[in-house]
Amino acid sequence: MIQIMRKYLFFIAMMMTIVSYGQKYISEKAFVSFYSHALIEDIKANNTKASCVFDTATGDIAFSILIKDFVFAKPLMQEHFNEKYMESEKFPKSTFQGKIVGFNASKKGPQSVKAQGKIILHGVTRNIDVPGTMEVQGNRVLMKSVFVAKLVDYNITRPEIMFQKIAEQVDVTVEFTLKPYEK
Amino acid sequence: MRNSLILIFVLFTIPVFAQDNLMDILDKESEPVTDYTIQTFKGTRLVNGQSVETKGKNELEFIFAHRFGPMSGGAYELFGLDQAYVRYGLEYGITNRLGVGLGRNSYDKTSDGYVRYKVLRQSKGAVNMPFTVTFFGIGAYKASPKKADATYDIQPVDRLSYTAQFLIARKFTSNLSLQVMPSFVHKNTVDKTIENNDTFVLGVGGRIKVSRSVAITSEYYHRFNVMDTNPYYDAIGVGVDIETGGHVFQIVLTNTRGLTERAFLTETTGQVSKGDIHLGFNITRTFQTKKKEEKAD
Repeated sequence: MIQIMRKYLFFIAMMMTIVSYGQKYISEKAFVSFYSHALIEDIKANNTKASCVFDTATGDIAFSILIKDFVFAKPLMQEHFNEKYMESEKFPKSTFQGKIVGFNASKKGPQSVKAQGKIILHGVTRNIDVPGTMEVQGNRVLMKSVFVAKLVDYNITRPEIMFQKIAEQVDVTVEFTLKPYEK
Repeated sequence: MRNSLILIFVLFTIPVFAQDNLMDILDKESEPVTDYTIQTFKGTRLVNGQSVETKGKNELEFIFAHRFGPMSGGAYELFGLDQAYVRYGLEYGITNRLGVGLGRNSYDKTSDGYVRYKVLRQSKGAVNMPFTVTFFGIGAYKASPKKADATYDIQPVDRLSYTAQFLIARKFTSNLSLQVMPSFVHKNTVDKTIENNDTFVLGVGGRIKVSRSVAITSEYYHRFNVMDTNPYYDAIGVGVDIETGGHVFQIVLTNTRGLTERAFLTETTGQVSKGDIHLGFNITRTFQTKKKEEKAD
């Protein structure tokens, strides 16, 4: 009996080992953008240099963005964004570390998930819980999330144009295509 | 049995360890980037003179500057406010580093055209560069005096002057930037009893940011090998920059009235100790003439 138990446990252990290797995915393509509609001028910027690592075994996820990599249509707006609002010399990057909840690697098609964890932005750490979708396509994992961030939550001064305050909150879109990570 | 349990426990532990290192993986996998310093100064002008800043690609800046009369004029001249010289100017960014400009200054009826190029950009990271260096070159045509009023048979070529400057700046912290400006002024025709055709000038200046949108600036230009008979003074100035959206307002106090390099570097008339201080302002408005191509998404 003990022999059978031992074999069985060993088998479980083996399974665990298999599952825990070759499970990490790293970003191949990234697209992070934010958008805020305003009467005078929309505020919009894209960042395609963000990076992300996801561990399918544990659901752990981490991503990192350099604030200066956000590209605006107007260079002056980009300078003001870095210099006056994000203070990117003091706070050069934003990171997120947490877990994806509800992801099933063997499921076909898009699936709804949640990302929960700590985001650090403009030097402020907050716990967030945002919805998203994920999909496994061959050996790639796609993820997308759209959520709203309030500037006041991150101690960011509301931008003004011609003395009019605009943008109280921004719509953030995060999209990653992940590929298997090999050391 | 016990051994197996230990084994399972150990195997559970390994992935747990791996999780904490996701950030390390990101750090390891990220390519080294060069972080270029931005906004060493808010505007392209420090006070009277140039800063290392260039306009962004396709940006058009309209500069409207005033210098009032000397405060030493007293109440009769409303401390200088009764009289003013003005300069209208346009500057355009051909690239993020190369700009061209045009201007007209009512002082000495001077028209100018210039070019500036950011040779080096202060940066850290993959490329480490301690300074930003911008070359600035300007040609100016002084239309006064009229030919009839000139003391000699003045020709158009006599009215030309050229200035070349290397503007070298470092943003030490987000609030403190300093700049030195070795400058060379050549005037085609001068009164040889008081000055030479060529003058070397060394300028120093800087800014201290006092809030997100407000900064204090200052500059001083020292002339070398000045003749004893020369009636002019070194130019000095302080200013307050206020920035909002695409505008920069600069309110300045200075001992010079000209707004082209020849005039303020080599022909400053105000003696600070006698109260020859002029109030002035620079107002700039930046227009985006063409937007960057937006990514199709």
